[in-house]
Amino acid sequence: MRSDEVLIVVGAGHAGAELAVQAREAGWAGGIALVGDEPALPYHRPPLSKAYLAGQAGLETLALKARATYDKAGVELVAGRRVAAIDRARSQVLFDDGGAMAYSRLALATGGRPRPLPAASEGADAADNFHYLRSLADVDRIRQRFVPGARLVIVGGGYVGLEVAAVAIKHGLKVTVLEAAARVLARVTEPRVSAFYEKVHRDAGVDLRVGVQVSGFELDRAGRLVTRVRCADGELVEADLVIAGIGQVPNTELAAAAGLAVDDGILVDACCRTSAPTIVAAGDCTRFDSALYGRSIRLESVPNALEQARCAAAALVGKERLHDSVPWFWSDQYDLKLKMVGLAQGHDRFVLRGSPEQRSFAAFYLKGDRVLAVDSVNRVPEFMLAKRLVAERVAVDAGQLADESVPLKTLLPTA
Amino acid sequence: MPRITLIEFGGKEHLLEVEAGQSVMQAAIDGMVPGIMADCGGSCSCATCHCYVDAAWVERLPAAEPAERDMLECALHPQDNSRLSCQLRVTAQCDGLVVRLPQSQV
Repeated sequence: MRSDEVLIVVGAGHAGAELAVQAREAGWAGGIALVGDEPALPYHRPPLSKAYLAGQAGLETLALKARATYDKAGVELVAGRRVAAIDRARSQVLFDDGGAMAYSRLALATGGRPRPLPAASEGADAADNFHYLRSLADVDRIRQRFVPGARLVIVGGGYVGLEVAAVAIKHGLKVTVLEAAARVLARVTEPRVSAFYEKVHRDAGVDLRVGVQVSGFELDRAGRLVTRVRCADGELVEADLVIAGIGQVPNTELAAAAGLAVDDGILVDACCRTSAPTIVAAGDCTRFDSALYGRSIRLESVPNALEQARCAAAALVGKERLHDSVPWFWSDQYDLKLKMVGLAQGHDRFVLRGSPEQRSFAAFYLKGDRVLAVDSVNRVPEFMLAKRLVAERVAVDAGQLADESVPLKTLLPTA
Repeated sequence: MPRITLIEFGGKEHLLEVEAGQSVMQAAIDGMVPGIMADCGGSCSCATCHCYVDAAWVERLPAAEPAERDMLECALHPQDNSRLSCQLRVTAQCDGLVVRLPQSQV
């Protein structure tokens, strides 16, 4: 490999930072530039809605890697600059400040952005107390009003919304969660798991309302602050602080404008190669064919971002590292460690092991005798074993899964 | 700063200077030590930072909390001296600590 080649990584989140450093590890001999539009060193996002919001973790604990690590890996950090376009004919990225940088190979790790709340589009989203939660800057703004006694309205009962609700209640805020669907976590879990989380939050003091559409916002006279959240049924909810968390949109515009194949995600193969020979992509911005599920999927997941980054780094130096790991996710709320393996979509059976009343259970989503996905709450052994059940497509007996006297380990094929 | 040694499965040694208060996992990431994946970023959720603590040090480190013990039970190739490196805080007393990495994390 010629050492005058340059790899540009666009996007400095989990995927981008890992990709840049792993490319060096994998043997990339040329220059590496890691370009991000945020000023900070690449940082851990999961703590933003948890320990960092709670004030338990400082900025210094958030960095993914120390600055010295990038130096050691020969990765140039290009922070605070936004890529506006990719000029494939000239093999350049163009910055929104007018600058340009030439690449030999390009890696897109552009991530996602919060899905905009339609009801906020007429000005509320510019209010000083209306926020989405994705970046460090978002949370730093939220924290200014995240004070005991403040009335917090969270729009969306997904993971981010519920994690924030848990932290806020503990912090002494008055918390209302407005969820449009008939139950929280409706996109990803079974009703009994939703019911469990609804009860946990209500018991903790959250005013949790489901089946509530937010139709608009009332602002103060200056138009600077949201004062009330308006619901479709006419109800008004007083607010000092509003946080909307209704999902994520993949950042695919750069790729699409450059002519790459995009379909709700930058399309990549199992080695994270895009439709353009010199360009790879990794993380939340991608969509790929899952061998495990037999369909194309897009994930919003740190472990997936890291694994794809490793595969993309390998691809850049001509190695094949196939991305076929089982998706997994986690969410910490109160004292509950929710860990999820796999994707439940398409399941036809649901098996509960343990009991929600004991705040310790595992929920299995089956299609026939195959486990598609598992949600585990305070059940680490089940989670670890479930990864194997899902990955190895082990045929299971539903009765044994539900029977706590049968150790889960015995359901795995013996090596 | 305390100095610790990480030994890859293949035997390659990494001597790292670690700021007190950091985890062994973060030190390994910052030191680009292959063999520590740390997919969950240190929240004791994934067991991809599994390591074996040198026998001389096992008793000198604070014992694993139940959550860590649960994870370790199901890690690949667990041993009596298994720990999750994200849960090992480096203190001044850790100078000279030696940990070994497993063959594989996943």
